[in-house]
This record gives sequence, C-alpha cells and structure tokens, in this order.
Amino acid sequence: MRCDNCGEREAEIHLTQIVDSELTTLHLCSECAGEKGVPTQVGLGSAPLTDFLAQMEKGTSDSALSVEAEACPYCGTTAADFRRTGRLGCSQCWAHFEPKLRALLRRIHGSTQHVGKLYLGAAEEDVGVDADARIGTLRRRLERAIELEDFETAADLRDRIRELESVE
Amino acid sequence: MERADAVRDRGTDWLAGGGPDHEVVLSTRVRLARNLQGFPFSIRAGVDDRRRVLARVRSAIEGGTSLVEPDLLEMENLDSGQRRLLLERHLVSRDLIGNPDEDAPPGAALVLEGRRALGLMINEEDHLRLQTLLNGLQLVQAWQEVDRLDQELGGTLPYAFHHEFGFLTSCPTNVGTGLRASVLIHLPGLVLTKEIRKVLQGISQVGLTYRGLYGEGSEVVGNFFQISNQTTLGKTEEELIDHLARIVGQVIQYEKQARAILLREAPTVLEDKVGRAYGILSRAYTLPFDEMMNLISGLRLGLTLKLLRTPRVETLNRVMIFGQTAHLERMAGRSLDDADADVHRAAFVRRALAEDEEAARSAGPRRDLDLPGGSDGDDER
Ligand SMILES: [Zn+2]
Ligand SMILES: [Zn+2]
Repeated sequence: MRCDNCGEREAEIHLTQIVDSELTTLHLCSECAGEKGVPTQVGLGSAPLTDFLAQMEKGTSDSALSVEAEACPYCGTTAADFRRTGRLGCSQCWAHFEPKLRALLRRIHGSTQHVGKLYLGAAEEDVGVDADARIGTLRRRLERAIELEDFETAADLRDRIRELESVE
Repeated sequence: MERADAVRDRGTDWLAGGGPDHEVVLSTRVRLARNLQGFPFSIRAGVDDRRRVLARVRSAIEGGTSLVEPDLLEMENLDSGQRRLLLERHLVSRDLIGNPDEDAPPGAALVLEGRRALGLMINEEDHLRLQTLLNGLQLVQAWQEVDRLDQELGGTLPYAFHHEFGFLTSCPTNVGTGLRASVLIHLPGLVLTKEIRKVLQGISQVGLTYRGLYGEGSEVVGNFFQISNQTTLGKTEEELIDHLARIVGQVIQYEKQARAILLREAPTVLEDKVGRAYGILSRAYTLPFDEMMNLISGLRLGLTLKLLRTPRVETLNRVMIFGQTAHLERMAGRSLDDADADVHRAAFVRRALAEDEEAARSAGPRRDLDLPGGSDGDDER
C-alpha cells in the first residue's frame, strides 16, 4: 500500500483513531508520519473496534446458525450490519448482542460497568439499579468532587445520597 | 433576510480569546451522547421517528431549561451555505448537516444559547449530543455546563439507560458516560524542538487520543492538536475530566519549556519564522487555507513570546474560523471556487491585520518591541 501523503513510499504506519465516533485510518510512510508528528509506534491497540469487528467476521462463518446471526427483534439490525457500520440500531440491540458487546467493551474501555452519572429520571422505572449500588456510585463521585474541590457538585451529591438513604 | 440571518454570529463568543492557559490552549469542548427510549437509534430511524424525536426534544426545551432564550435551528430550514457556516464553527458535525449538496437530513436540528456555543444537536448519530465550547482550558466549567443541561433534559426526556452499560449509544465507543471532552491545543514549540512525537506517544499511552485540527484538507495544520479522552465507560465523568486536565496540564508545561528553550537558544530562528509569517499574511494576494493556518501558528507563537504587538489573539481566532470558504462566500455574497476562495481569504487576512495595526498605532506610541511587520511597514515612511 502506498503512503496517503506522498503517494510514493510504502505505507508502514496505519494510524486508526476513533474520535467523536468517527473512525479514521491514515496510511503513512515513516518519513511522512514523522513530518506530521505522528508517533510511529501507535496504532497497535488503538483500533479495538476494527480488530474486533474483523474477529467477529471470522467467528460467525463457522457458526452461521448461532444466536448472533439473528436480527435484533426490535429494529432488525443483524451482526453483519453491526460489523459493517460499527453502529447498533436501537437500545434493545444492547441486550440482544450483549455477550459479544461485553467482550468488545472490555477491549475498548477496559471495563463493562458504568460508574458515572445515574439516570435519575428513570429512578422509578426498571433500570435495574438497587439503592445500594446507586448510593455506592454517588459516594464515589462525592469523594472525587471533594478531591477536585468542586464543592457545588459535592453539595448536590450529598443531598442525593441523603435522599436515597432516607428512602431505605 | 430572516433565513439569511438565522446563523448570524451564533456560537462564536469563545473566539474573543483569553481564558485560562490561553497562550497554549485555544478552546475546550465537552459533549454528552444521549438517546431516547422507545425510538430506534438514528442509523435505523425512519423520517417519522426522527420528527417525533425532534418534537419530544423541542417540547422539553420549550418546557424550560437554564438555557437563556435558546434557539432551535432545523437543518431543513437552512440552505447549504448556512449549514456549512455552522460546520466551520465546529457547532455541528458532518453527520448532522448531511451532504451540503443535498437536502438536509429530516429532523436534524441544533439548539444554541444566543451567541454561545452551548446547546445540543438533535438527531445526530445519537438522538442528543449535548455540547459546549469555551475559550482556553476550562474542562471543569465545560463539564458542569453540559451536566446541568443533561440533568434538566433528563428530568423530562426518557433516556435509554442500562444498569451495567450506562447511557446507551449507537456506537460502543461512546457508551457509559457518553462523555467526550477535548482540548484544542497549540504546540509549535514541541514541533520545532522535535519533541512532539514523544509527547503524542505519551498521550496515546495513557488512554487519551489526539488528532490534528482538520482544515479543508485532512492534515494536521498549524501545529494545532485536539486531545480527548478515548474511553467513556468504567470511570466517572469527573475522573475522565480530571485525567484529561492533568495530562493537558503536563503538555502545557512541556510546550512552555520548549518555547523558553527556543527563545534562549535560537531567538533568530524564531524571529525569522514569526516575521516571515507576518510578512506573507500581510502581503499575500492568494492564500490557501492550510498555508494560512501554518502562518497563523507563527503569529500566535510570536504574540505569546511578545515578538509581535499585533494582531490581537481574537483576530487570529476569527481569521481561523471566518477565513474558511463558507464564511468567505457569505462575505462575498456568492459561491467561490478554490482559486477564488484563496484570493478572498488573502484579502480578508490582509484587512484584518491592517485594522489591528491601525488600532495599535492610534492607541499611542509603541513601546520598544521588535516588530516584524507591525507599524513600521515600509509603505508609510
Ligand atoms: Zn509518504
Ligand atoms: Zn435493535
């Protein structure tokens, strides 16, 4: 493959980045990469999504009738669609493709468990978070807020913890 | 005229410059991805779904938020030139405006608070992309603005949320917090001292990612880099923000050291670079965008090192945004091909620099600064 920049030398560096959910791959020779300030060692491990999607491709060919081959019952997205676009079609896709997604999330984020903001608007709905988990997360955020001297957020978090504790 | 006026100077208040660490950091952006329960994500959404999502969000906005007199701009009501203006100001994504040569995607909209870049995109890749853009390095401030808006909208709108995965998004790279924070940073010192590779390599080893500021081409231009968090799941929003802030703080220190070294060890090289940049920008009659960006980098460096007295930083910021083709076309009142755009860009920049020189001259006698270009231009004596 030729370098995207000079079109002359052989491309040695393939820089794939996911920024704002856009996947970009730049193929550069080491000289052009140097000129552009691209570190030549990056690329490995910086494209978990593409690697993973390629792997998924391999996996499905020998198990064509596996569950993953079935489309999401709500929006009709198939594993093949997801491989092609890297996008899920609806929130139910997250449940439908859950086992595969968990592996992908570990590769992308190193984790599958959300520990950030909780969706409080859905507090009474079935979001599957019990009060203890909720309070645990809020406490963790509170500690961080205090460390960062963000006292406004801290006060808000304290109120929310108190509220939850009084319900229990 | 109402149509033509819809975009005005929206989302440009951050161009005024300044802000914490403004010698190195131009702007800070934070965005949150959110989706509504009961609607397919954009990639699977039909026109009806998209219009219903827009209607839900519109009524949530009208129901009242802390946004002061928000305006909702529907992409379908804007012509392609106006949509490109928004794109050039980094207020919308290509996804949101669609192909400028075709009809705008139905239901796609942008909400903005007055002249500020605080608001949200509707029917982008995710149903909602809450966002803000501030001058200088203001990560905590930007996060708090977006968090507040999220809190308010989440009180009315049914978000898609999962007990394990957090806020659900169309792309797995955004799930969890849905948070992407990025800092637009100017690193000419590290580029000139050839330390940039090491620094960028370090950045990608600590869970952050970077890219160039894409101009009309797709190259890193003008020594401007955007540094942002790569992961969105498994850490709290505050942790993600704090981590990025710490690393950016380090990069700022490295950049300042590099500039100090250059000034000490190679002042002539620096003065020459800055002087040539000023010379070309103030005298060129045709100016491709990438060349302009590279020269502006020189002027920005010259200003922070006090090698130049003019232009103002605000002028450089404005030129970066208003010197793009859609903005030049608006000023010219007609569409421009590449060659025309280069000519208009050169004229725009010459005028902007001359105005600042003029203002500086009438502001009083200049101090003993070594001014390449500046008010001792050859044609006045
Ligand atoms: Zn090359
Ligand atoms: Zn689905």
